[in-house]
Amino acid sequence: MVYEAVIRELGGLYDRTWDSFGMLVLELRAENLFALVSRLRDEFGFRLFLDVTAIDYPQRSPRFDVVYHFYSRDHNRRIRLKVPVPEDRPEVASLVSLYGSARFMEREAHEMYGIEFTGNADLRPILLYEGFVGHPLRKDYPMEMEQPIVTYRK
Amino acid sequence: MAMMEYMTTKKDELVGWIRKFSLFPYPFVTACCGMEFMAVSSTLYDTDRFGAALPRFTPRQSDLLMVVGTVSHKEAPILKRVYDQMCEPKWVMAFGACATSGGFYRNYAVLQGIDKIIPVDIYVPGCPPRPESVIDAIMMLQDKISRERHPIFPFEEQQPVKT
Amino acid sequence: MEHPPPIRSFLDKTADPDNVVINIGPSHPATHGTIQIVAELDGETVKRADVHCGYLHRGFEKESENQTYHKVIPYTDRLNYCSALNNNFVYAEAVEKLLGITITPRCRVLRTLLCEYNRIADHITCVAASVMEMGGMTAFLYMMTVRDYIFEHLNHLTGARLTYSYVRIGGLARDLPDGWLARLEEILQFAERYLERIHGMLDRNRIFIDRTRNVAKMTTEHALYWGFTGPTLRSTGLAMDLRKDAPYLAYPELDFEVPVGINGDNYDRYYVRMREVDESISMVRQCVRMLPGGPVSVDDPRVTLPEKERVYTEIEALITHFKLIMEGIRVPAGEVYVAHEAPNGELGFYLVSDGSARPYKLHVRSPSFVHMGGMHTLLEGYQVADVVPTFGSMNMVGGECDR
Repeated sequence: MVYEAVIRELGGLYDRTWDSFGMLVLELRAENLFALVSRLRDEFGFRLFLDVTAIDYPQRSPRFDVVYHFYSRDHNRRIRLKVPVPEDRPEVASLVSLYGSARFMEREAHEMYGIEFTGNADLRPILLYEGFVGHPLRKDYPMEMEQPIVTYRK
Repeated sequence: MAMMEYMTTKKDELVGWIRKFSLFPYPFVTACCGMEFMAVSSTLYDTDRFGAALPRFTPRQSDLLMVVGTVSHKEAPILKRVYDQMCEPKWVMAFGACATSGGFYRNYAVLQGIDKIIPVDIYVPGCPPRPESVIDAIMMLQDKISRERHPIFPFEEQQPVKT
Repeated sequence: MEHPPPIRSFLDKTADPDNVVINIGPSHPATHGTIQIVAELDGETVKRADVHCGYLHRGFEKESENQTYHKVIPYTDRLNYCSALNNNFVYAEAVEKLLGITITPRCRVLRTLLCEYNRIADHITCVAASVMEMGGMTAFLYMMTVRDYIFEHLNHLTGARLTYSYVRIGGLARDLPDGWLARLEEILQFAERYLERIHGMLDRNRIFIDRTRNVAKMTTEHALYWGFTGPTLRSTGLAMDLRKDAPYLAYPELDFEVPVGINGDNYDRYYVRMREVDESISMVRQCVRMLPGGPVSVDDPRVTLPEKERVYTEIEALITHFKLIMEGIRVPAGEVYVAHEAPNGELGFYLVSDGSARPYKLHVRSPSFVHMGGMHTLLEGYQVADVVPTFGSMNMVGGECDR
């Protein structure tokens, strides 16, 4: 019910849609993200922002896929959004003005992948520390490259 | 002269006895081993029997630094600072596999063993270690403390006596 | 100081010069793990708080991209280490969904039983630790005794006290040993007796009520805006529980109710957790009654190791065993998001597979991380001494928050 309503009414804002194990997935472009999410929140009741993360496809042309998950309490349904962003301009609109929980989660996606969330003034590293160079969850960051703060003894 | 040696070894034994039965741990708890630390300090496996029950939550008042759990690179300056703030005499116990050598995490975020930044007296392996291992470790540390020499006369350093 | 500080707080620049900025540092007595709270105080009142997590970041996602699907299981244990089996089961369900495997009925009921059993352990740890931080050592010692019996019992089943790694893709590692269910009933009765004492000690205790009533209140709107789920959200009055809304495992057949609070303050969170422990005990008993027979792992050669006698005698079983261990399970390409009701809230695993034997991406939606994002709103306006009970009532588990 709500999935059909979403597909019908938000028709111009997304590019493709498919079903993933019972969850609706919408793929859209970065410029439509904020409008789509505000309509999802206000008209369809997707008031719980679950997660934002990114997937790194180094061989593909838009290198990153920023993935969002939302949950609607009234309809008891989840939805996933995928936004491909290129490597040279990895910018997406920030959802901080819509959901408070976006603050921490966007900080994590930024430091792990380098996705810039325009509109989020506070993109300090959260799981990593000041002085860490690089974005560890990208596929080209070697896993064992440590950047210690304290000099080792002996 | 033998009387002097007898007195100094007795003095060392007395100091060792006092120190080993009044350990004040500073539990630097970070991760899953903290659950085992809570279990080892409570009723079924009790550290109070060994005198090491009362945790002092400031480094200035404690003498045993128990590093419990994984230390990441972000936490490492905090650990170094806490260690530096402790007063002599101090001992360090690396509790768990992650504190000993990084555990099974070998990546950009985990310090591969706390002995890269602070000297460690006793390592307790296990992920997490069983409480019996921890008690064994406390007893071995107590043996180590009781064997330490505290020289005050010059002849003690020149001719150390083994007890 | 010899090394640069690992964090930068916005209070460095924006704090009012008349107020004091203190640091409730990452190594602090509240035994809930490593969180740094930089608070700006006006006297005793917290004006603003800046919460910093990440001191236990262990690179779970990067590690899991380099391990096979079975080797990731011990890493998932260490996420929410108070209730490790819950994390195991969510991960296994995500992989099983991509593979298209249905688990056996016995495995379903056993997984439900163990989920609820671990939920009991997690909630009593949370209550015990938070009450101890407020000064009541007795609750801590009682609950640690109960929890230790649970640990020893699960040690008998899985081989480990805390980080079990009991799940396998397609089932469980081994079946129940003899006498396990009888001991389970003894432990549940023991737990009920001790929980009676805790109720008697805390429910109408003047000091406890003064310290926790009307402290860190929140409304349902506020909770949803900041992303709270689990007992924290239910304490505000909204009965949102994944076990009822989107039932998984054997929850459709179980009869239980979802406790909700009234105000959303610390007292309600404590009480919701205690009621959930009661409900979990009754659910465990129901699972024991409805436990069917049969095998515990599904008999699919893609995932299950063949039995040892066949491995030693037949060549096909030997080769299957070898390939499953050395290469790992091959999971078809796809992506899936599976969420369960962990003791802290909604624990979700987002798994992206590219058809090889290693996950391409494995992301954990951890409830504690999101709670830390919203916790500063619960600290501001209250006193410094309320920081510790509030923080304790959130049940922030460091491994889950920082992964």
